Amino acid sequence: MNPTDIVDRDSLRDDVPVFRPGDTVKVHVRVVEGNRERIQVFQGAVIRRQGTGVRETFTVRKVSFGVGVERTFPVHSPVISRIERITEGAVRRAKLYYLRDRVGKAAKIKEKRSVRPS
Amino acid sequence: MATKAIVGEKVGMTQVWDEEHRAVPVTVLKVAPARIVQVKTPEREGYAALQVTWGVRRASTLTKPEQGHYAKAGVEPGRRLVELRIDDISGYEVGQQLTAEILAPGERVDVTAVSKGKGFAGGMKRHNFKGQGAGHGNHKKHRAPGSIGACATPARVFKGTRMAGRMGGTQVTTMNLQVVAADPERELILVKGAVPGPRGAVVVLRDTVKGPATTNGRPA
Repeated sequence: MNPTDIVDRDSLRDDVPVFRPGDTVKVHVRVVEGNRERIQVFQGAVIRRQGTGVRETFTVRKVSFGVGVERTFPVHSPVISRIERITEGAVRRAKLYYLRDRVGKAAKIKEKRSVRPS
Repeated sequence: MATKAIVGEKVGMTQVWDEEHRAVPVTVLKVAPARIVQVKTPEREGYAALQVTWGVRRASTLTKPEQGHYAKAGVEPGRRLVELRIDDISGYEVGQQLTAEILAPGERVDVTAVSKGKGFAGGMKRHNFKGQGAGHGNHKKHRAPGSIGACATPARVFKGTRMAGRMGGTQVTTMNLQVVAADPERELILVKGAVPGPRGAVVVLRDTVKGPATTNGRPA
């Protein structure tokens, strides 16, 4: 518990879903154009989650027209209207930087298989 | 001089979101209601100031003169006595309370506190000297100041030459900081940017002597 938590509490969101590195997420971003606001979706794999509290951020990587694009968002940022978890990934590390060196099928993250109910 | 001032304690730094969803770095200051113990007037003391205290302190830890001083004012003893020099003391009276209400978001303040002590610091840390190169045969002189003077003339080192020595632990004022939020209910003031001193440091906030901040001549 930090002494500044009393201030941070106001900045935290309570609608952040559970997601971890390896998951595929849709991030609905608020984009302001002039005086109009619209929602833009950024879909990709979470390759990192970093920091704690209001300062926590996550990075989403996608390949767009053959070019890798990474975007880092603060988890509690008001820019994000919604985070949607599409799939849960089966990965063995917290930082998936190895994906940057891989293309095609090698860059695919296996989906987590839940334990079969017997 | 300042038209208003208040005393607080540094809580720490964090960030908040502004209306445009940007992260703003802020220092959180705890501003407990300050009680005026004495009003100093130009007629009596030769200058205008408010002597204030805040928080609580056991009466048994006070010296007899301090006890008498508080008793005369009829004010509960507080953490410390701090003097706030302001231009106009009319409207202030002994026993009155100053709260975070006196500051509003968007106002600019100067924040004074005693900076963190850095101990005996070298020239690079203390005076932003460049130090010396890493290579070209340099041996164990990477952070040394270099030359501190000439040779037989003047045959001495000039006074005031910048060298290593004690750093920090002195009164520092950070000027023209923006007030991001003032919350009298929770006794908090949020100021944009860093403030001197460690967490728990006693800080004095005064309305700034500078004009509004500009970037390349335009308002920031």
